[in-house]
Amino acid sequence: MDVTEEVVRNIAELVQLKVDDADIQQLTKGMQNILALADQMQAIDTDGIEPVSNPLDASQKLRPDAITEGNQRELFQSIAPATEAGLYLVPRVVE
Amino acid sequence: MIDRSLSQQLDDLDKGEYSSVELTQTYLDRIENHQSLNAFVSLSENVLDEARQADQLRAAGERKPLLGIPIAHKDIFCEAGVRTTAGSKMLDNFISPYDSTVVSLLRNAGALSLGKTNMDEFAMGSSNESSYFGAVKNPWQVDRVPGGSSGGSAAAVAARLCAAATGTDTGGSIRQPAAFCGVTGIKPTYGRVSRWGMIAYASSLDQAGPLATTAEDCARLLSVMAGVDEKDSTSSAVQVEAYSKSLSHDLKGKKIGLCLEYMEGLDPAMSRIIEEAMAVLSTLGAEFIDISLPTSPMAIPAYYIIAPAECSANLSRYDGVRFGYRCENPENLEDLYKRSRSESFGQEVKNRIMVGAFALSAGYYDAYYKKAQQIRRLIKNDFLEAFKSVDAILGPTTPGPAFKIGENADDPQAMYLQDIYTISANLAGLPAISLPAGFIGNLPAGIQLIGNYFEEATLLNLGHQFQAQTDWHKQTPELST
Repeated sequence: MDVTEEVVRNIAELVQLKVDDADIQQLTKGMQNILALADQMQAIDTDGIEPVSNPLDASQKLRPDAITEGNQRELFQSIAPATEAGLYLVPRVVE
Repeated sequence: MIDRSLSQQLDDLDKGEYSSVELTQTYLDRIENHQSLNAFVSLSENVLDEARQADQLRAAGERKPLLGIPIAHKDIFCEAGVRTTAGSKMLDNFISPYDSTVVSLLRNAGALSLGKTNMDEFAMGSSNESSYFGAVKNPWQVDRVPGGSSGGSAAAVAARLCAAATGTDTGGSIRQPAAFCGVTGIKPTYGRVSRWGMIAYASSLDQAGPLATTAEDCARLLSVMAGVDEKDSTSSAVQVEAYSKSLSHDLKGKKIGLCLEYMEGLDPAMSRIIEEAMAVLSTLGAEFIDISLPTSPMAIPAYYIIAPAECSANLSRYDGVRFGYRCENPENLEDLYKRSRSESFGQEVKNRIMVGAFALSAGYYDAYYKKAQQIRRLIKNDFLEAFKSVDAILGPTTPGPAFKIGENADDPQAMYLQDIYTISANLAGLPAISLPAGFIGNLPAGIQLIGNYFEEATLLNLGHQFQAQTDWHKQTPELST
């Protein structure tokens, strides 16, 4: 499958990567290298085959909806780039 | 001391041949003398204090499975209060607030942590060249790669900078570096070892395991690492076997499959290694049966959709807000996200995030992601069919010995094909071990044995018996200082 510049820009937006014009070619090539491999799959007929999502075909375990961990806000925020009054700081979103 | 396996070191410590402090200091000196290998990202600050405590405990009669043994952890395992980078600029400043289950289980068993080993960025690579901290050198020939992504762990064990190290394996990341460095490494069944606190790459494929010089040591380590963990809902409640106890079982009547697809077109030097290994295992009573895994050529194509898809989801957590790298002077929130990610992820990580998001996007999901998951079913079915008639499947771990640093840098497809024999086990979730089995030139080569679900004991038994008859695992590289 050919990856167009438009596709690359759209996907970069979805995954929140900043793409300069200079990066486009490298990312396109990087994606094409992987997708060229992936395209080999089309040679196999998989009609009616059940997809595998867990290698052991296990389903998600459930547990009681109960609090099991204490509050560790200070510990977790101690490694944050910027916090104030227990909140994570980001650039102003609403003027 | 350093020519002793981990199991032998435990005996030596019990007999008082040397202390844990002496053993630890010896390794610290070696790590310092061989810094040029770039096997370690960071060293523990208080490992000598811990060794001292271990010596005191031993003197007081305390016994634990790994008491006083210094090991190393791949820098993908979170350790409370310790920098954990996953080989990425994104986590260069990340001090983990908690322990991974693997780290805490090994510590509770008495193991000491010498430090954190280098790795491909977020475990995405087969050469260790994608690490933010630079490539690791193969101790056997320093212009060669050690393999990846657990390349630092494999190089450290090969160079005897530690007797054992932890690793993780998503598409071959324990076994391929083990083969390239002449050490033993096992990827357990999916869910055998908890993934809690192990920085995620592709969650349906990732699995932790040990690298050491011998299968016996791997058995000892895996006995400690394995088990159900309520913090990882995908961890398995299947009872953990006493891997060390079944090592000495007789191989008489064991049936080993030889996969035709793996042998076709194999490099003659690797074929010779396999034939020699078959001869050894035959004298031990194992029988060989030809088997077919017809879908195996599709393993790499399927992997390079499934792993990137899961990676794109897992790596969305790195946003520059809560932890990790944050760009300077963001203009707005979107700029903060985008530049924090773009400035700190390497090219291979970006490529895989992009492909993953693409494969999951509307219009392409069925053609790529669903298709890959269906092929995964066919691969799994091939194995289930094979394991009706065999106990394990033998083949090469890699297509050849370690390649040169930079050799595949301009040819990513050649790099991706490095994992051609290892990836199927991850897609099916099966356990597999790599054992040193010879040399090509002066570079080690490995054989792989793939087992049925939760048959780690069978693989370790086969490995131990093979190593009782061979001395490939005892060979060590000559290191210049």
